[in-house]
Amino acid sequence: MKMKGANILIECLLEQGVDTIFGYPGGSILNIYDALYDYKDKIKHILTAHEQGASHAADGYARSTGKVGVCFATSGPGATNLTTGIATAYMDSSPVVFITCNVTGPLMGRDSFQEIDITGVTLPITKCNYLVRDINTLADSVREAFAIARSGRPGPVLIDIQKDVTAAECEYERLPLEQHFTRGRLARLVGRASHNLQSSEPDMRDIDLLVDMLHESRKPLLICGGGVVRSQAQNELRELAEKLDIPVAISLMGAGGFEGRNRLTTGMIGMHGSQASNRACDACDLLLAVGFRFSDRVALDPETFASNAKIVQIDIDRSEINKNVKTHHHIVGDAKKVLSLLCSRVEKSEHEEWKKYVFSFPTETEYDDSTDTLTPKQILSAAARLLPMDTVVTTDVGQHQMWAIQHFHFTYPGQLVTSGGFGTMGFGLGAAIGAQVGNPDKTVLHVTGDGSFRMNCHELCTEQFYKLPIITVIFNNGTLGMVRQWQRLIYSERYSQTTLDRGPDFVALARAYGLGSCRVTNVAELEQALIDAQASGHGYVIDCAINLDEMVRPMVGGGNPITNFMLD
Amino acid sequence: MEGTKKRYTIAALVDNEAGVLSQVSHLFSRKGYNIETLAVGCTDDPTVSRITIEILTDFDHVLLLCNQLRKLIPVHSVKLLDPSDSIRRELVLIKVSAPNRGTRDEIIQIGNIFRASIIDISPSTLTLSLIGNEVKTEAIENLLADFGILELIRTGIIAIERGENTINEDTKEKGEFNYGKNVL
Repeated sequence: MKMKGANILIECLLEQGVDTIFGYPGGSILNIYDALYDYKDKIKHILTAHEQGASHAADGYARSTGKVGVCFATSGPGATNLTTGIATAYMDSSPVVFITCNVTGPLMGRDSFQEIDITGVTLPITKCNYLVRDINTLADSVREAFAIARSGRPGPVLIDIQKDVTAAECEYERLPLEQHFTRGRLARLVGRASHNLQSSEPDMRDIDLLVDMLHESRKPLLICGGGVVRSQAQNELRELAEKLDIPVAISLMGAGGFEGRNRLTTGMIGMHGSQASNRACDACDLLLAVGFRFSDRVALDPETFASNAKIVQIDIDRSEINKNVKTHHHIVGDAKKVLSLLCSRVEKSEHEEWKKYVFSFPTETEYDDSTDTLTPKQILSAAARLLPMDTVVTTDVGQHQMWAIQHFHFTYPGQLVTSGGFGTMGFGLGAAIGAQVGNPDKTVLHVTGDGSFRMNCHELCTEQFYKLPIITVIFNNGTLGMVRQWQRLIYSERYSQTTLDRGPDFVALARAYGLGSCRVTNVAELEQALIDAQASGHGYVIDCAINLDEMVRPMVGGGNPITNFMLD
Repeated sequence: MEGTKKRYTIAALVDNEAGVLSQVSHLFSRKGYNIETLAVGCTDDPTVSRITIEILTDFDHVLLLCNQLRKLIPVHSVKLLDPSDSIRRELVLIKVSAPNRGTRDEIIQIGNIFRASIIDISPSTLTLSLIGNEVKTEAIENLLADFGILELIRTGIIAIERGENTINEDTKEKGEFNYGKNVL
């Protein structure tokens, strides 16, 4: 039947099973918002305070639910405000479809009001993007965008639609999701000899070789990377680790891919990795990295990284193989698939001596809690103790982020939503909104710092309006803590522009937005605040006063061998 | 991963659509590579273009680049061409100053040796067209330099494999992706 472009777009979203959109309207995208008015009962639209908040919310929704997130914005500044969110999703392989509208065809390329070449701008931060100039290609483009966003190594895709296309009419026929690969552009795409919509079948000879390597190894180490989380391969990884009795180090993006309290967990690995993880990495004779890209925050010095080990990499994206660290063996494939093939082939073994060595080092940092001030571990332990086991945690970026990952002990993929690759301060509150909208029955804890929170705290109005009971815990040390830590350790205590001795009063700010709030300075007050927050049933901001000079420990300097600890 | 730098030839089949070339060339620039030569044109299938790119790098990096290229959605296939088993050619147009009969004759003689053809003549200039790889074109360029080269244009190298091999053949890279349609 004949339909307007705006309606076709929304019908295509319904084909994908989309029921939630995050966004912000504007001139060019008016036709789509007008059509959305007729779909109020089928699609929930969450209006944020700023497009960046919407982009992080769609990302947080995707990461915490495993579904594709959807985000709308208008042309020009609306579109460019998304870019930080798109890059954040891209660096952490999160499936989000961003839909923007552009000016009408005749105005394109004339520096018209609110015109931006957003497909050009987002070229390096999307898996692919589309500029829809012709109504007849609209439905196919949307179908292709979703297929690409969720396939293989997931990632963000942007669709930019000219405003006149949203008003034009053409024939639309509803196509069920399972038939998308039989028609149009997608059929042509999968018809090609090679394409990126499939993950490759692991070569059995490669699997057998790895099985032999695992059996021969006396000091093996597993690294659980973000690929385990995206592939939901937590059960397969646990089975393999337990069967072979191998310690597991967890990368920042891998948190949740392996249970934080499993007896084989060595904790986080990398710049702020635990002693156990980093020393095991240096001493092991076989390093099996699963969905882990050897980023510069872990393979700080690629030359000396796991230099005593044979390195084996399992990754769905073959352009990651040998990119940062040269491997001895690799398997290109989906983590879940490869790990289950391995599980069925390996024999049960034990590595008592090796484990004894690895676990002679601490897997977690201890803090001096004899003083009155709150320590990071106290805050996170209290949260873990008083909030439900399956609480979704979102973080911003900085010291609080490292502390949250070191001390919270995540148990399932999607439980932690954090900006790992891009390190986006201001990500946490938007992500918490997306996570809470996507998981209405779970508690969402937003861990942040005073610097990060200030960046996007205007989204408190979104939290209040949609009655999202997010608990925000601010690690308030009155400084940009991580930068200060570097200034203290590396820049001779020259604290240039990092002291945040200024407003706002976060307790009053939260009240102004209609949310509950309090300031706490010790464990008892914090525990009471967490109880009050849960009982309140609405958003709650807990401002925790912590020591200005509390540092993230351990720490290895950038570019250094992984056991060169600056701080223990 | 710093190895010895060599000139590598990468051939890619891509969708013949707007923006694809910029996507491909952008990949090289953002990884910090200067493209030595680039040639694009559509194949026997008008919906598919073939891009030939030459870059100066080491073997590890060129493999990484090929894998990055394969990730781009509009890219159908990518092949690193073995220089000893492929034929590389480019077309060069050279406009040389030839103000008198003596120089004109000399230039034509040099052209004949290289099997260049004279494609334009004026009272004071000669324009030659020559096909070859960079060894041949550089040689004639050096010889003609003395006469005064007014303009020199290269199309960029295009390359094809010898024998039965084609870019569409069943390569290992392709085999890795030849696995069920598990997208949904």
